[in-house]
Amino acid sequence: MSDREWLLTEQPASRRQARLGQAYRRWLALRRNGLALVGLGIVVALILVAIFAPLLAPYDPIAGGDLRLDRLLPPSWAHPFGTDDLARDIFSRVIYGSRLTLMVVILVALIATPIGLLVGTTAGYLGGWVDVVLMRITDIFLAFPRLVLALAFVAALGPGIENAILAIAVTSWPPYARLARAETLTVRDSDFISAIRLQGASSARILWGHVTPLCLSSVIVRVTLDMAGIILTAAGLGFLGLGAQPPLPEWGAMIAGGRRFIIDQWWVSTMPGVAIFVVSLGFNLLGDGLRDVLDPKARK
Amino acid sequence: MSLIQVNDLVVMFGPVAAVRGVSFHVEEGESYGIVGESGSGKSTVLRAICGLAPTSAGEIRLDGKVLSAPRHPDFYRRVQMVFQDPYASLHPRHTVDRVLSEPLAIHGFKDREARIEQALEDVGLGHGFRFRYPHQLSGGQRQRVAIARALILEPRVLLLDEPTSALDASIQAEVLNLLDRLRGERGLTYILVSHDLAVVAHMCERLMVMQHGQVVEELTRARLQAHDATEPYTRDLLLASEGYRPLTARA
Repeated sequence: MSDREWLLTEQPASRRQARLGQAYRRWLALRRNGLALVGLGIVVALILVAIFAPLLAPYDPIAGGDLRLDRLLPPSWAHPFGTDDLARDIFSRVIYGSRLTLMVVILVALIATPIGLLVGTTAGYLGGWVDVVLMRITDIFLAFPRLVLALAFVAALGPGIENAILAIAVTSWPPYARLARAETLTVRDSDFISAIRLQGASSARILWGHVTPLCLSSVIVRVTLDMAGIILTAAGLGFLGLGAQPPLPEWGAMIAGGRRFIIDQWWVSTMPGVAIFVVSLGFNLLGDGLRDVLDPKARK
Repeated sequence: MSLIQVNDLVVMFGPVAAVRGVSFHVEEGESYGIVGESGSGKSTVLRAICGLAPTSAGEIRLDGKVLSAPRHPDFYRRVQMVFQDPYASLHPRHTVDRVLSEPLAIHGFKDREARIEQALEDVGLGHGFRFRYPHQLSGGQRQRVAIARALILEPRVLLLDEPTSALDASIQAEVLNLLDRLRGERGLTYILVSHDLAVVAHMCERLMVMQHGQVVEELTRARLQAHDATEPYTRDLLLASEGYRPLTARA
């Protein structure tokens, strides 16, 4: 029996085979979507670049070259993206910047998704006054524009990449809570939830083992689609000088640093801008593809 | 003493009374039918017994003891339910294995492997079904999994909410025979809700006819088969169960 047949069998012989088979079916579905593959490629490339940044970057991202000779050089073979006003190689800085971007994205996802899921499923499943209290808190957070609230947080906590991550995480969970609550409401009265209640399961067990898995896929899709927004918010905070502090090679801060020379030395701002654009596009394409694959209502 | 005793049960959903003063009793080992049209409150009676619908007035006794709300965990090991729609009663992301191991985990059973294999065997599903997802099963197979799930805790009472009405005719007979066999083997007590008089006549020794949330009358199987009903509504039901007949033939 080939690997493929083993994965696609209708009669799996073990838990592991059933799970791998399910994952393989999803992969086959994702593979049919060309644009999603492009997005996946970009995201994988981002991860690889971040991991292998020291090998890929030809120069040091923070220590510049000779300030008399190497400032604001246009793109050339020696400096593919040119150099900035402190004679640093922009190509190397963009490569190292991918680490910061990835860190922001991963940490925000790890902080905001569980909070959103927990608040949303609890509110939706328990209902009553719990629902009212949790959702009004969510509404309060939703009422502020994200960047403005993040600005307020950073202003209160002090500028820096860690505080920027915290501020973005705190402002990005409410939509996930809304989404998780809506998904929970559609399954909470279904027979399979009644059935597990009749087996004597506790609310925590039902929430974690039975409700959350059904909300997870739509929340994952939403988080992936939000990644672009998170990157842009982080870049925005960096641009305003409230995110990553110099000399960290954060893409938003790099754009801010280059805006004085935008007319004559366009590459200083453009190169990190292109990086932000490509990565945001990648996450959006991947999110769109995941929606087709993971949405339980889309297929069977 | 009856195993299950329901006295003057009232179930209110907001201002609407779905069940209005229903009383009946079920003996140990008996199969009891509840028949009625849609909206007659028959399913609500079942859901009230297992605690899924609120008991607004009256009482439900199991083994002579009034059931508390919420139910004691022990209750779920004695009373289980099979739902009407096998497409809605299984978690779409859980394998059959997970569906069956969950109740065992909740109640802290040790020999889970053996019990799961045995439960699948009992409902006529082989080992090949154990790691399938519900979307890889047919309606009849799903209902067998649902029955296995209900029986895995070895309850004494099984509440059956139209267990066959979502299945096509040939599968219906299979599932009914399975339920009949299991009752014989284990001495289970059934409360079967159905709108289908033929199913109830096949499965149940006694039955109750409901309309508008109230009991119309109680019948034995012998009286049902003899069409010996006193209430006009029951006679209408009996007539309707014989199927469609052209007007001219009846005249």
